[in-house]
Amino acid sequence: MDKTWNNKAWFLVLPVLVLVAFSAVIPLMTVVNYSVQDTFGNNVFFWAGTEWFEELLSSSRFWEAMTRNLIFSFIILAIEVPLGIFIALNMPKKGWGVPVCLVLMALPLLIPWNVVGTIWQVFGRNDIGLLGYYVNALGIDYNYVQDPFDAWVTIIVMDVWHWTSLVVLLCYAGLVSIPDAFYQAAKIDGASRWAVFRYIQLPKMNRVLLIAVLLRFMDSFMIYTEPFVVTGGGPGNSTTFLSIDLVKTALGQFDLGPAAAMSLVYFLIILLLSWVFYTVMTNYDAER
Amino acid sequence: MNFDLTWMAWTWPTAAFFATILLLLCGMAVWEYAAPGGNPRVGILRFETTRGDRLFLSLLGSAFIHLAWLGLVGSNLWWALALSVVYAIGVFRYV
Repeated sequence: MDKTWNNKAWFLVLPVLVLVAFSAVIPLMTVVNYSVQDTFGNNVFFWAGTEWFEELLSSSRFWEAMTRNLIFSFIILAIEVPLGIFIALNMPKKGWGVPVCLVLMALPLLIPWNVVGTIWQVFGRNDIGLLGYYVNALGIDYNYVQDPFDAWVTIIVMDVWHWTSLVVLLCYAGLVSIPDAFYQAAKIDGASRWAVFRYIQLPKMNRVLLIAVLLRFMDSFMIYTEPFVVTGGGPGNSTTFLSIDLVKTALGQFDLGPAAAMSLVYFLIILLLSWVFYTVMTNYDAER
Repeated sequence: MNFDLTWMAWTWPTAAFFATILLLLCGMAVWEYAAPGGNPRVGILRFETTRGDRLFLSLLGSAFIHLAWLGLVGSNLWWALALSVVYAIGVFRYV
């Protein structure tokens, strides 16, 4: 059968193109322009060539922030994914418990990021915070303002509290879509709990798990608001991630050139990782 | 209306860069018009790619080649550009 070509559909895409142009393409072009120049404000620019990129690539501050980001994302994924699966497996599949659990799980996701940061900033304080006060009362020396390790623990626990629900909800959606016939067949075969998980539930959750890993990795790699509110990147630079460093450079120091160069490198890394994840996901779909 | 674009801080090199990207996209559109379907095939990456995928990989790889050259060799980027062209030809030929 011959295809009917109708190019009128392109007009329906136009609003999106205009929106993306103004929200992404034009700002990105501007960042590229800034990355090869220097400015002291007042729209006066001086050509700097590749100087900011060379400076950035040889800067220990940039690589340290990048390493922190990668370590943070790795820890987050290592905790949130198994924990999310575990909770989803143990959530009720029918009855009144389902809506209760779903609402409880959705609650942290509904709280704005800066509010989450503020909650944990107060919660962790050892003078007035519930967590900080009682942890110290137990004899553990906990002070996220002064101790880098405590600051990391606070930010990780905060992120786990905030975002594990997302993994849970995605896994739960994957689990409830498994037909009962699979479980009945496993029961007839005398499959163990582990075998049911390994050969029925996990394969059926693969797709949503990939989405969960993608979302959580990208989100944790670009994290800004929560650690900025809780620690401001400190103590020292111990929780200064790339995004925090970027804002410090661009808005704190008004070094628009170096900040633009950093933005572009950050953007390229995100673009590469997104492509890898997207390719893995689409090929997994194609194989199925 | 006053279209003042000084805030975008345009320079000739960056304008040439974006013009090249635009020309590449236009070229891809013409190619698609001449040979529709995107020429999907399975190459050395063992999954299906279209012409658009191969252009994306070429541009992204070229960006990293230039960054690596800047970080490891120096600020003369002509060799990085040459390497990127070779890389892009490789991507369009084998990926």
